[in-house]
This record gives sequence, C-alpha cells and structure tokens, in this order.
Amino acid sequence: MKKEKIIEVNDLYAAFDSLTVLSGVSFSAYQGEVTVILGGSGSGKTTLLKHLLGLYPIMGGRISILGKDLAQLREVEQVELYHKMGVLYQSGALLGSLTVAENVALPLSQHTKLPPELISDIVYMKLGLVNMAHAYHLYPSQLSGGMLKRAALARAIAMDPPLLFCDEPGAGLDPVSLESLDQLILNLKNQLGMSIVLVTHEVPSILRVANRIVFLDQGQVAFEGPLKEAMHSKHPAVSAFFSVLKNEHVRELVR
Amino acid sequence: MAKKKTDQDVLFSLGEQLKLRVEGRVISPEGRLNFEEAGNFTLLVPRIIRGRKLRHVQISLADIKQIDSAGVMALYHVQRTMARRRISVELVNTPVSVEEKMLLFTTKDQLPERLTVQGGFLERTGEVVHHFFSSYIFGFLLLASNIFYWSFADLFRSSARRKGEVVNQSVLIGVNAVPIVVFLSFVIGFVIALQSSGQLKSFGANIFVVDLVVISIMSQMGPLITAILIAGRSGSAIAAEIATMKVTAELDALKTMGLNPNRFVIVPKLYACMLTMPFLIVLANVAGMTGGGLAANLYLDITPEIFMNRMGDIMRNKDLFTALIKSQVYAALIVLTGSFYGLRVERGAEGVGRVTTVAVVVSITLVILADSILGIVFY
Ligand SMILES: Nc1ncnc2c1ncn2[C@@H]1O[C@H](COP(=O)(O)OP(=O)(O)O)[C@@H](O)[C@H]1O
Ligand SMILES: [Mg+2]
Repeated sequence: MKKEKIIEVNDLYAAFDSLTVLSGVSFSAYQGEVTVILGGSGSGKTTLLKHLLGLYPIMGGRISILGKDLAQLREVEQVELYHKMGVLYQSGALLGSLTVAENVALPLSQHTKLPPELISDIVYMKLGLVNMAHAYHLYPSQLSGGMLKRAALARAIAMDPPLLFCDEPGAGLDPVSLESLDQLILNLKNQLGMSIVLVTHEVPSILRVANRIVFLDQGQVAFEGPLKEAMHSKHPAVSAFFSVLKNEHVRELVR
Repeated sequence: MAKKKTDQDVLFSLGEQLKLRVEGRVISPEGRLNFEEAGNFTLLVPRIIRGRKLRHVQISLADIKQIDSAGVMALYHVQRTMARRRISVELVNTPVSVEEKMLLFTTKDQLPERLTVQGGFLERTGEVVHHFFSSYIFGFLLLASNIFYWSFADLFRSSARRKGEVVNQSVLIGVNAVPIVVFLSFVIGFVIALQSSGQLKSFGANIFVVDLVVISIMSQMGPLITAILIAGRSGSAIAAEIATMKVTAELDALKTMGLNPNRFVIVPKLYACMLTMPFLIVLANVAGMTGGGLAANLYLDITPEIFMNRMGDIMRNKDLFTALIKSQVYAALIVLTGSFYGLRVERGAEGVGRVTTVAVVVSITLVILADSILGIVFY
C-alpha cells in the first residue's frame, strides 16, 4: 500500500547570520507513520522542526505540509494549518502565567464551543494519558523537566491533531515513564491515525516507535529510510549511532 | 435544533454532523461525535432524558461514524452527571472503532472539581543608518500598526480576549502603581512650593504659589511623573515578560496553537495601560497639589480655603483634556516600546536583562520627547 506524503522537504537551506545549519536537506514523511529525526546535538534538528512549523522564513528550498507549500501560504491559511497540528517544544513552552490545566485547556477554550465542564474533563483525561493528572493545579515553574515535557505533550494533543511534532519528548524521563510515553505515541498513531514527527535520542524509544528515520549530519541528510535499513547503514555517523546497539541488551527489542 | 416527529421515534439534529435518534429509552447518536458536536451533545442528551423522565437509558453507539477525545469525554460526562441523579446510562452496541478510542481516552482516576559585514567609513555609517531605519523605525511602526489593528478590531469582541486578562493587567499596571505615584507626586508638589516660597515671600507675592503649583503639576509634572514611573515599573515588566516568553518558545507555542501572540499577549496590556493611566494622572495631580498646599500652608501661611479658592480660578478645562490625550500617548508608547524590545530578544536568559534595560531607557526618552512635542502643540 502506498502511503500519502504529508511532509515533503526539498533542498532546504537555513542559516543564522554566518552559521549555516542546514544546507540542502530533503526528506519526506508519510501519513500514519512515526518519522524520527536523528542527529547529534546542535545538528539542526530543532531548527528543521521550526521550519516545518513555519516559524522561520524560508531562505532556500521548499517545504510542503499536507500538500500546502509553506512559502505560498497566506496568514489565514497558515492558521488553518496550525489547527491541524500539535507541537511539543523542546523547552515545553507552557505559558508560565497559567496552571498546567489552563495550559491544556487553552486551545480547547479558544477554538471550540465546548462547555467548561466538558473542557475540564477533557483536560483531565489528556493529563491522565501522560500520567500528569496530579499536576492539574500546579504552575509550570513547579514542575521538573520530565513533568514539563509530559504536560506540554498533553497540550499538544489537546485537540486530537492529525499531525504531531515532538522535540525530544523523552528528555528527562525515567525509563518507565519513557516506555509509557512511547506506548502513548504508538496508541496515537495506531488508533487515531496520527502522523508523528519525533526528534529523539533515546535508542529504546526509537526501536519501539520509529517507522522511518531521517538522520541529520553536517547540515545534510545522512540517511533517510525505514528503521531496519538505518541500522545497517554504512554512513559513519549513522553506523556510529546505531553501534551502541551491538553492545547493549536493547538488541533483543529489535525484533 | 430541529425536531421531526415520526410515529414513535424522534430525530434531533444537533449540528451538521450529528443527529440523535430517540426511540423509547434508547438514544442513538448518528454521525460524528467530535469537537464540534460534543458540546451540544452534553447539553441536549440530559435534557431529553429529563424531559422524558427516563430512569434507565441506553446510548447506542452503533451509528457513530467517527469519534474523537471530546466525543468520548462527552459520553462519560453524560454518564457521570446522570449518575448523580440516580439515572443509569448504559453504552451499548459499541463498534470496535469506537471502543478503541474509548479505551485510549479513559480517565483512570476520579475527576476533580471543575476548572475554574566591514567596508570603509562611509559604507559602515550608511549601513548603521540603514540598519537603524530598517530594523528599528520600520519594525516599531510595523508592530504598532499590528497592535492598533487588533486593539480596534477586538474592542467590542470580548470573546477574542482571554477572560479577565485586561482586569488582571489593569491591576498589575495601574492599581499597584498607585502608592508610588501618589507618594512621589505629593513630594514633588511639596518641594515646588517650598523652593519657591523664599522668592515669593521677598516680593510679598505669597498667593502666587498657588498658580505655580497648580500650573506646573496639572500641565506638566503630574502626567510626566506618572508616565516615567509607569515606564520604569511596567515598561520593564512588559519587556521582561515578553522576552521570557520568546526565549522559552511560549510565543511560538501560541502561534502554532493558532493564536496571534500580539493579540493574545500585548493587546490586553495596551488596553489596561490606556485605561488606568488617566486615573493615575488624576491621582498624581491631586496628590501633587495637596503637597503644594501643605507647603504653602506651612511656609507661606496660606490657608487651605484660600488655596482652594485661588485654585478654582486658575484651573483650566484644557489641562484636563491635554492630560487625557497625554495619558493615551504615553500609555501606547510605554506598552509598544516594552513589547518591541521584548520581541527583539536574542536567545538566552541574559538577553532578557539587556532588552529590559534598553526598553526602560528608550520608553522614558520617548515619553519625555512626546511630552515636549505635546507641550508645544497644546501650549
Ligand atoms: N535562534 C538562533 N540564533 C542563532 N543560532 C541558532 C539559533 N537557533 C539555533 N542556532 C544554532 O543552530 C545550530 C543548530 O541548533 P538546533 O537546531 O537547536 O540543534 P539541535 O536541536 O539539533 O540540537 C546550533 O549550532 C545553534 O547554536
Ligand atoms: Mg534541539
């Protein structure tokens, strides 16, 4: 079965002042798959993600999301596109002036006409999905790094978006929480048919959830393809990354 | 909500995507139970149940074509609220596709109470000038036009605003500044009267102290002191808050949630500042004249009655009007400058401190420049 392309990036170029971060990045992501973006820290993963979100002006190349060319979008069309996306930022980016619950409720109260009681139920349930129901009344400043990430994920999925972007969701999580987070991601994919773009370094996570790998190295895509092929890639950076598998027990998870 | 009566069952159509068929004690939602329809669903179903005085209700899910998290929660919500009235609601005929979603979106625990570049000299100079215009002046005007657009557009559209945010900001920007504004204006009024008392006394022109105090406070010092204090207090706070939000990607998050950060964050502050500034200026004027009156009484033997009488003769309505105009101009300058510098923050926490300082210096400078210009215009 041929899957539908939901993200297509062609020859993307990005730079900050004199620092070139991305030089000719191309890849695609497909409907209903988990696409994992890999790369050393500082390799430009977050920068790439923010370009996909239309947060930076495109300096060179082309990005199309859900069939729409980002550079051609008018403001209303961009907002319409945002309604179909949920984003978990690397910093969490919860609004510091609102409680965790109010943060998750924000998209719901701004974009739907649901009654407040129902919104609070939905918020509670979404926080429960990430095991954060107990933090309902807390402010973001009162949360640890891992808790922040989970609360931010609850906000990202508040509206059941068809397209989800997550920047290092597993950073700061213990292995058990990480596993339940991965399970949630799989559930979102399998049961809601969500398409997910994930930036992560967690090897066990990648093995559990990834359908497709995009490996960034020196501003270019060193590897793009299914997880199984990635593990046998001859590219030095890619094989170095996956070589950890050869020493670790996680190998068993591969099958 | 249209009702259509057939023999024994009734069809309610909720929105475009969902209909409710009611037969006896079985309610069958047909179509999509999603974010758009869930609200109506939770309102209408209890009404039907109560209207028909049902004790045991079955909701048949067989004809649900699509359901999302809001829909699942709507089902649970109905079940729970009805249970409180001892009405049992049973979910029946659940297709696998619906059941999957229901398993995914379950609430495990008890639900809580509700929420409330380098060239020669000329090139470099040219570049600096060009950079200054293109990035500062142009950027500032762009931001100002965007903010003004949204503040007019949203003026009578309360649904576009975050609930309570204007009040909240009014307290932060206006109410909390009252003590310092009153205190400083009082001291300045007192000092003006005191410093001039020696001169006036030697000419035997004691009574003119009233003119001096009233005119200087009303047309100059009151509005200016207020604006400088607000620029120091709130201009910095606004710059720091917005810079922090930018550094932590909160502004990006708002954008990708489909919310306009200018509209969501800056416009309420502008409203609050424009709303409270006139009142602060009135308070500053009263405090300043009280201070001046006290000094006149202590050093020039002018009784409060004489002071008040003379004050009535000197006060001009024009001063009140100019104070109002000034307050709006200062308020806009302070909020816009704070926001502009807040938005220009470079990455990192130390950038926040830097833009905050610059925002205060620039907004105080702009306030004083505006004061001089307005002083000439309204002379
Ligand atoms: N806003 C910015 N201004 C200047 N340099 C930036 C900015 N954002 C990222 N960079 C630089 O771009 C490079 C890639 O950053 P990033 O995309 O955050 O990496 P990753 O997410 O892969 O760790 C880094 O060298 C970083 O210093
Ligand atoms: Mg990153």
